[in-house]
Amino acid sequence: MSWRRIRAIFRKELREYRRNGAIIATMAVLPVIFVIEPLIQIFNLPAASAHTLLHKDPLLYMLGIPALVPAALAAYAVVGERQQGTLEPVLTTPIRREELLLAKALAVLVPALVISYALFVVSIVAIALFADSAVASAVLRAPQLIAQVVFTPLIAGWSIWVGIGISARTNDTRVAQQLSVLASLPTVVVTALIAFGVIHPSLKLALGLGIALLVLDRLGWRFVSALFDRERLITGTRS
Amino acid sequence: MSAPEQQRAPALTVQHLTKRFGDRVAFGDVSFEVGQGEVFGFLGPNGAGKTTTVRTLSTLIAPTSGSATVAGVPLDPKHGVEIRQRIAVMPEAPGLYLKLSVAENLECFAGLYEVEDPAERIDRALHAVSLADRADDPCGALSKGLRQRVALARSLLSDPEVLFLDEPTSGLDPVAARDVHDLIAQLRERGVTIFLTTHRLEEAERLCDRVAILNTTLRMIGSPEELRERLFARSLVIRTRAPLEDPEALFGDAPAVDGWRRNGSGEYVLEVSEPEAAAPAITRALVEAGADVLSIAESRHSLEDVYLELIDQDSELERRPA
Repeated sequence: MSWRRIRAIFRKELREYRRNGAIIATMAVLPVIFVIEPLIQIFNLPAASAHTLLHKDPLLYMLGIPALVPAALAAYAVVGERQQGTLEPVLTTPIRREELLLAKALAVLVPALVISYALFVVSIVAIALFADSAVASAVLRAPQLIAQVVFTPLIAGWSIWVGIGISARTNDTRVAQQLSVLASLPTVVVTALIAFGVIHPSLKLALGLGIALLVLDRLGWRFVSALFDRERLITGTRS
Repeated sequence: MSAPEQQRAPALTVQHLTKRFGDRVAFGDVSFEVGQGEVFGFLGPNGAGKTTTVRTLSTLIAPTSGSATVAGVPLDPKHGVEIRQRIAVMPEAPGLYLKLSVAENLECFAGLYEVEDPAERIDRALHAVSLADRADDPCGALSKGLRQRVALARSLLSDPEVLFLDEPTSGLDPVAARDVHDLIAQLRERGVTIFLTTHRLEEAERLCDRVAILNTTLRMIGSPEELRERLFARSLVIRTRAPLEDPEALFGDAPAVDGWRRNGSGEYVLEVSEPEAAAPAITRALVEAGADVLSIAESRHSLEDVYLELIDQDSELERRPA
C-alpha cells in the first residue's frame, strides 16, 4: 500500500471538486434539507412541550447528511473518470485498485465529514442560543450527541462504498448518482425513524448498528475492489 | 543498435500471445521481440488489435493465452505493479483532467509514479514538450495538439524503460506532429525503448528501426527495407524518349535481369536480382542501341506499398469462398 499514490489521487479529487460547480451545489444544497426540518421543529416547540422530545431525537435526522452527500459524490468516482477518458492513463500507472478506491473514498469522506460536523456544530450552537432553554436541554443530550459524532463517519463510509460500487458497474454518471442515492435511502429511513421516535434508540441498538456499519465499511472496501474489473472498465467487456 | 545493446535482454518479448473477447479474436498468436533502445512500429488497419496489444502489454487487460515479458518482468497479474513502474503509456486520447492545470495533472501522475523530486521532473517534462510556459493553464483551455503534448509530458515523468505511444500524432497538425517526431528521436538517443502504434506509414518509416504489421495475426516484421525486399522484387525503371524497337533483344539476355514489362506510363520495368550489376550493363546496351535514355532508376517501394500489399492480400483471402 503506497500512501503517496493514495495522496496523489486524494489531492487531485479535492481539486476537481473545488472546480466543479455541480459537485459544490450538491454539497451545499443536500445538507440544508436535513438541517432546516429539525431546526424548524425545535424552534417552534414551546417550553411546555419539551418533555415530548425525551422520546424523540430530532437531531439524528441530520444523519441523513452523511448518508446522502457522500453517495452523490462517490457515484462519480469511477464512471466519471471513464467518461472523461482519464481512467486508462491512471490504470497504466503503478497504482493498485485498492489504493485507487481508498483514495477516492477518502476524498469523498473528508468533505462529507467536514460538512456534516460543521452543520451539526452550527445547529447545536443555534439551538443553544435561540431555542427555548427547556427545549434546548431536552434536545442536547450527551448520548444523542455522541451517537451523532460516532455514526456520522460510519454511515458516510457505508454510503461511499455503495456509491463507488455502483460507479464501478455503471456506464453513465447520472444513472450512478440516482442509484447511489436510492441505495442510501434505507439508511436515511432508519435514522429518520429513530429521530421521530418510531424506533426507540438504546445502547444495545446503537452498539449493534455501530458494529454492523463498521464491519460493512471494512467489507465494502474489499467487495468494491473485487467489483473493480480493469478489463471491463477499459474495454466494456468482461475478462 | 550497437553490438553491446543487442546483447542485452530484449525490452519486450512476446510469445504466441492471444486475446479473445468471447468468440472474437482481438489478436492471435502474436510473437515478436523488441530490443532495448529500439523504436518499434506497430502498424495495422482499424480493428487489427494494435491498441488491445498495447493494453495487454501494459497490464490493463489479461491475455487469453501466450506469454510475454515487459521490461524484463513476466506479464502476469502478480507483476502488474512492477511492470507499470517500468513503463509509461500514452493512449490515443490524452485523458487529461480538464479542470486541472497542466502542472496539476502532471503533479498527480508524478505522485502515482512516486518520482523523486517531482517539481524538477515536471519542469523537465514540460520543457521536453515545449510547454513550460503553459504550466498553469487549465488543460480544458488547451488545443488538441497541446493536450497531446501534455499527455506526452506525463508519459515522460517516470523515465520509463519502455514507452508505449498509441497514435501519438493522431489529429495533430504537421508542425505539432514534427515536434512529436523530434521528441521520439531524442528519446531514442536516450536509449528509451519505444513501442509506437500508428496509422501514419511515413511516420513509421522515418522513426522506426523495425515495424510489425498486424491484422489480427502478425503479418510481417522487420526493418522497412527488409519488408520491401521480402514483398517486392527489386526493379529498374527505364524512361526513354521514344519506344524501343526491340526491347526483348535488349533486356532478355541482360545480366541479372529476370524479366521485363512496360507499365502504363510507357516506362520499362525490369525485374532484377542485383540492380548494381544490371544497371550499368543495361545502360551500355541502351546507348549502343541508340536509344535516347531519359532516366534509369531503381524502383523504391514505400512502406505504404508494403502495408497495402499485405492488407490487400488479407482482403483477398477473406473474399475467397472457404
